[in-house]
Amino acid sequence: MTTPHAPKVTGALPHEPEKATLEGRNKILAFWLFLGGEAVLFGTLFATFLTLRNQVAEGPSASELFSLPMTAAATFILLVSSLTSVFAIQAMHRGNKKSLMGWLSVTVLLGLAFLILEIYEFSVYMIHDDYSMTTSAFSSAFYTLVGFHGAHVLFGILWIGILIGQLLKKGLTVVTAPKIYVSAMYWHFIDVVWVFIFTVVYLLGKAGV
Amino acid sequence: MAHAHSVKRHKGLMDWLTTVDHKKIAILYLWAGGFFFGIGGIEALLIRVQLAKPMNDFVSAQQFNELITMHGTTMIFLGVMPVIFALMNAVIPLQIGARDVAFPFLNSLGFWTFLFGGLLLNLSWIMGGAPDAGWTSYTPLSSTTYSLTHGIDFYTIGLQIAGLGTLIGGINFLATIITMRAPGMSFMRMPMFTWTSFITSAMILFAFPAITVGLVLLTFDRILGANFFDVSKGGNPVLWQHIFWIFGHPEVYILILPAFGVISEVISTFSRKRLFGYSSMVFATILIAFLGFMVWAHHMFTTGLGPVANALFSISTMLIAVPTGIKIFNWLFTMWGGQIRFTVPNLFAAGFIPTFVMGGVTGVMLASAPADYQYHDTYFVVAHFHYVIVGGLVLGLFAGLHYWWPKMFGRMLSERLGKWEFWTFIIGFHLTFFVQHFLGLIGMQRRVFTYLPNQGFDLMNLVSTIGAFLMGVGVIIFLVNVVITARQPVGVANDPWEDGRTLEWSIPSPPPEYNFKQIPLVRGLDAFWKEKTAGHKEMTPAEPVGPIHMPSATILPFLMSLGIFIAGLGFMFTSDDFGNNFLNFIFNNYIVTGIGLAITFGSMLWRSLFDDHGWHIEQDELNEKGVKA
Repeated sequence: MTTPHAPKVTGALPHEPEKATLEGRNKILAFWLFLGGEAVLFGTLFATFLTLRNQVAEGPSASELFSLPMTAAATFILLVSSLTSVFAIQAMHRGNKKSLMGWLSVTVLLGLAFLILEIYEFSVYMIHDDYSMTTSAFSSAFYTLVGFHGAHVLFGILWIGILIGQLLKKGLTVVTAPKIYVSAMYWHFIDVVWVFIFTVVYLLGKAGV
Repeated sequence: MAHAHSVKRHKGLMDWLTTVDHKKIAILYLWAGGFFFGIGGIEALLIRVQLAKPMNDFVSAQQFNELITMHGTTMIFLGVMPVIFALMNAVIPLQIGARDVAFPFLNSLGFWTFLFGGLLLNLSWIMGGAPDAGWTSYTPLSSTTYSLTHGIDFYTIGLQIAGLGTLIGGINFLATIITMRAPGMSFMRMPMFTWTSFITSAMILFAFPAITVGLVLLTFDRILGANFFDVSKGGNPVLWQHIFWIFGHPEVYILILPAFGVISEVISTFSRKRLFGYSSMVFATILIAFLGFMVWAHHMFTTGLGPVANALFSISTMLIAVPTGIKIFNWLFTMWGGQIRFTVPNLFAAGFIPTFVMGGVTGVMLASAPADYQYHDTYFVVAHFHYVIVGGLVLGLFAGLHYWWPKMFGRMLSERLGKWEFWTFIIGFHLTFFVQHFLGLIGMQRRVFTYLPNQGFDLMNLVSTIGAFLMGVGVIIFLVNVVITARQPVGVANDPWEDGRTLEWSIPSPPPEYNFKQIPLVRGLDAFWKEKTAGHKEMTPAEPVGPIHMPSATILPFLMSLGIFIAGLGFMFTSDDFGNNFLNFIFNNYIVTGIGLAITFGSMLWRSLFDDHGWHIEQDELNEKGVKA
């Protein structure tokens, strides 16, 4: 504690490097709190969607629009990416940087695949079905809820991508570990949100309930 | 220690733009909040001038709508919220025995996003018209059909940005209070102001995301042509009311709880007694917060939700009177038998109690759904919420500012001027708002820009206007007091009120940038008072003197907020024709928005890539200056 430089980050890492420093523990706690706020955010979006889901005006209804096989595939991809981010954290706890970076890369690639499917889905609706934000109250609620989730996925992909770069440059330290841990928390959260979207938007919509 | 003091220290304006010190951020919040409070106050006076006599044409109907909208919005979001954050920033780390908040960087970011959001909202005055649909911005009044200027866009985007700052601040204080308390300071030993700020922060966390979504929906309706609130395409205007009040009602408890905390501190200090019923105070605070989320539809009794919903929300609303009553009685019992000193803070606190009770009583009256059909949208409601917000919160804030001013600035405000301020302000306040109860009961609608003579409204409106100017005089006396005080030399004692009970009074005024040379050991509630009664002059340290780690100053929070500001402004004008090819090109193709977002995300990337290791204040420096022998 006698120099103004970085705390010593070399040497053996503790088992849970993300919780080794006060900064790290604070970051994880605050991120849990942030996710609480995010839950209210998505909760309000879901409430809006549930209010407006049958208000289709002149436009198509959910059961006319959606194709379940594609969204089921997207769901599967995103759930697997949650699993791979768990593998990444396990690798981090073993101190295995190579495996950590590998699993993070797989997570990012799966997220990217999900996002491409979603963009494809939106473009089909917009171009083929002429179904846009302005069509009906249902369309506004649909694009806003699913789009908010998609924007979260995009942010997560960029974030984890940057963290892989940091791992490469700075290595696995008590500074980088909390960042990776909270990014994994974030990734699980947007997966859970997607499970609700798949159920409430697509399954209920297709069933015409 | 060869590398000591290698850190660059900024001076002057750059110091303020880059600071991450919670005490300086508190002062920034105070000045910014005071600035917006002044704007909101001038708007209030203009409203009262217009209403001073019947059929007045001091302002037009449109200008009047803009004035009431901006008065409400400015006062709530940009006036009192930042002053609350100023007190929280100035006091909480000191009260819990911490050297800073958990996230100094986020603290600065929260301030700058709030400031830029507020500036964006107020730019509307000079950029084509202020928002004009009332502070609640009900649809369809706030839709593009009925509100043609960009006013509501300034409202949605300005509040969105300012709200982001508030949310960041809330998370920061939650984390700070959970993890940064000094050894021995258990939750049930925390000072009451810290407790109420803690609960307020939790309410911010769960209430603000709702308005975030509401504002996004309204923005999408207005700018992207979405149909959330457009009935012709299947939208639902009542949805806006629900979302707004699911946020809006917790918001009023977000405002009042910190004032409850201030009053608890001030009354106990100047009664020289421990706060009566401390644990019931904590319980009541939590209960108010919990119930505060369950009552939003009492703003919508006349919307037509049906008798069952109205009955349930009536009952839940009346329930809040119970924990609030607990608090009132606890304050009275704290004063009972105490050695009361009526200093200026205590005057404000004592004035708070009856005034707030009156606001609470009209609150219970309004909670009765059948009666509310009579009161709804009349001056009775205006009187009620000014009694709780001005008579409650603003009196609490004045009490807090007078109480902690010496700690924040190292100078005592003049007690003599303070007493003048108190009496003009509180007499002016009751003159302004007491008659408004009766104006409402005899049928004067709120938000009307004028009224016909001889309905019994004339005299009471004139009285109300005179009262408003008296309040203005009170505020001016406060400002004079601040200016006079600022010219005096710094140098009050650690404990200038002499009866300080909590940790902030155990360190110099103003505190050094690291607050505590040694983190104190807390041995009970009212930690400093406990040491004093044991015959100690100082807190017992919990650690030896050592080098203190400090976070580095940074311009990034300012840049991030500037970027969001530019992006918001750009997004608002995406479909406007400026009559200028270049402007049309950069706005209509999202280029301005893109530049703004690039600045923000670029700054975030910078923050992520280049770790801030901070710097250390070394032991010899601490010994040189930090110690008062």
